[in-house]
Amino acid sequence: MSVWHAIAAAALFAAAPALLAGEIPPDARRSGYSFMGPDTRAMQDDDTSNPGMLFVLDGQSLWTKKSGSAEKACADCHGDARSSMKGVAARYPAFDNALSRPVTLDQRINLCRATHQQASPLPYESRDLLALSAFVAHQSRGVAITAGDDPQAKPFVAQGRDLFMQREGQLNLACTNCHDDNFDKHLAGAPITQGQPTGYPLYRLEWQTLGSLERRLRSCMSGVRAQAYDYGSPELVALELYLMSRARGLPMETPAVRP
Amino acid sequence: MAKSFVHGVALIAASLAFVSVARADELASYKVAGDGIVESLTGAPGDAVRGRALVLARTTTCILCHSGPFPETRFQGDLAPDLTGAGNRWSASQLRLRLVDASRFNAETIMPSYYRNDDLVRVGRNFTGKPILSAAEIEDIVAFLATLRD
Ligand code: HEC
Ligand code: HEC
Repeated sequence: MSVWHAIAAAALFAAAPALLAGEIPPDARRSGYSFMGPDTRAMQDDDTSNPGMLFVLDGQSLWTKKSGSAEKACADCHGDARSSMKGVAARYPAFDNALSRPVTLDQRINLCRATHQQASPLPYESRDLLALSAFVAHQSRGVAITAGDDPQAKPFVAQGRDLFMQREGQLNLACTNCHDDNFDKHLAGAPITQGQPTGYPLYRLEWQTLGSLERRLRSCMSGVRAQAYDYGSPELVALELYLMSRARGLPMETPAVRP
Repeated sequence: MAKSFVHGVALIAASLAFVSVARADELASYKVAGDGIVESLTGAPGDAVRGRALVLARTTTCILCHSGPFPETRFQGDLAPDLTGAGNRWSASQLRLRLVDASRFNAETIMPSYYRNDDLVRVGRNFTGKPILSAAEIEDIVAFLATLRD
């Protein structure tokens, strides 16, 4: 082996973080889509039957609507979302230099509202915030996830990974216990997936509405009878970032449908 | 003056309430002998009929992970061994310790410790200081599992 080969191989090795016991190797990662039955898949695949598309359409009109005392619409700064927003959601949560920490797409939308539109923040899980983030993330449908690649994000990815491995709550279970070690099995008859974040915000039939990834994480936390972290808390952002880096290479599906 | 008196009474009442809550949450002490707990946690035998109903109740969480001889429900888990025949495989004493603290058998187990209220992280507000099951519930479930013989 030439020196150059050896260096290249070493560099490759260093670039891929070593997997902890139980972590899913990249080529075995599967979206929640692959765990669903044919009916739910068909609902997601056909835009005319996918209920999440109604939110995307709402988001599209909010994109061009002037808002806040600056009287500006998202489109006034970003133009046509089909080109300007393509691939953006696949990189989020992304490191924000001014704040020196990663921010989620929801937080980015509210930062734009505060600084560029002089508008009040949209509450978490409100219809308008879900619609805007669904519209923006929809522009990345099919784009491979790369969030967490930014070297500045690494400490936060590591924090998220620690939280994923941490047992918590009265039932004393960690995310990894279900989503790394027991996917493909069933909890009270319902399939457990790998917990991949590829489709958010997504339409969950159980919720009968669109919901954010944070809503999903909070319900897993309540499920193990843990105190769920607040929306937008550094812990939820770090978990979200870890989940996205764990899904590296999987295509975005927003708006997905889940049972 | 009158106001601070009322405050004082309220404070005392509040701290009394706190003390009695803390007492209510104290766990019955038990003695581990070998790989089991020989004596009933309540001092009395459990009720197997109530135990069966408890195992089937979703809030008890057993059948989230386990399946068993329960033809009436489709919603059974497959993260853990089928409970059929558990009474052949284990004595009541072993079953009791398994429910109280399964991590003693296998430190990595996903099976929760049902009678424990410490060393837990970020327990939800409604659950802090409480074991998942009461001593009486554990005894009922032990009595039921002991009847599972094939
Ligand atoms: C006791 C088992 C269990 C634990 C522990 C658990 N989850 Fe889940 N999780 C589920 C089940 C069941 C679902 C719904 C089915 C599915 O999508 O896997 C789910 C769904 C998810 C999803 C949605 C996947 C999709 O396709 O939309 C994500 C993401 C997720 N969990 C992440 C987490 C994280 C992060 C933690 C820890 C904070 C966690 N889960 C803890 C059982 C669990
Ligand atoms: C989150 C998953 C989970 C839950 C909830 C759970 N268990 Fe378990 N249980 C397991 C696993 C996994 C094992 C296998 C041994 C081990 O890992 O400790 C087990 C083992 C057992 C065994 C021994 C099985 C055998 O015959 O070899 C019994 C009995 C048992 N559990 C009863 C219960 C009862 C009763 C409840 C509810 C009060 C319960 N379990 C709740 C996961 C679970």
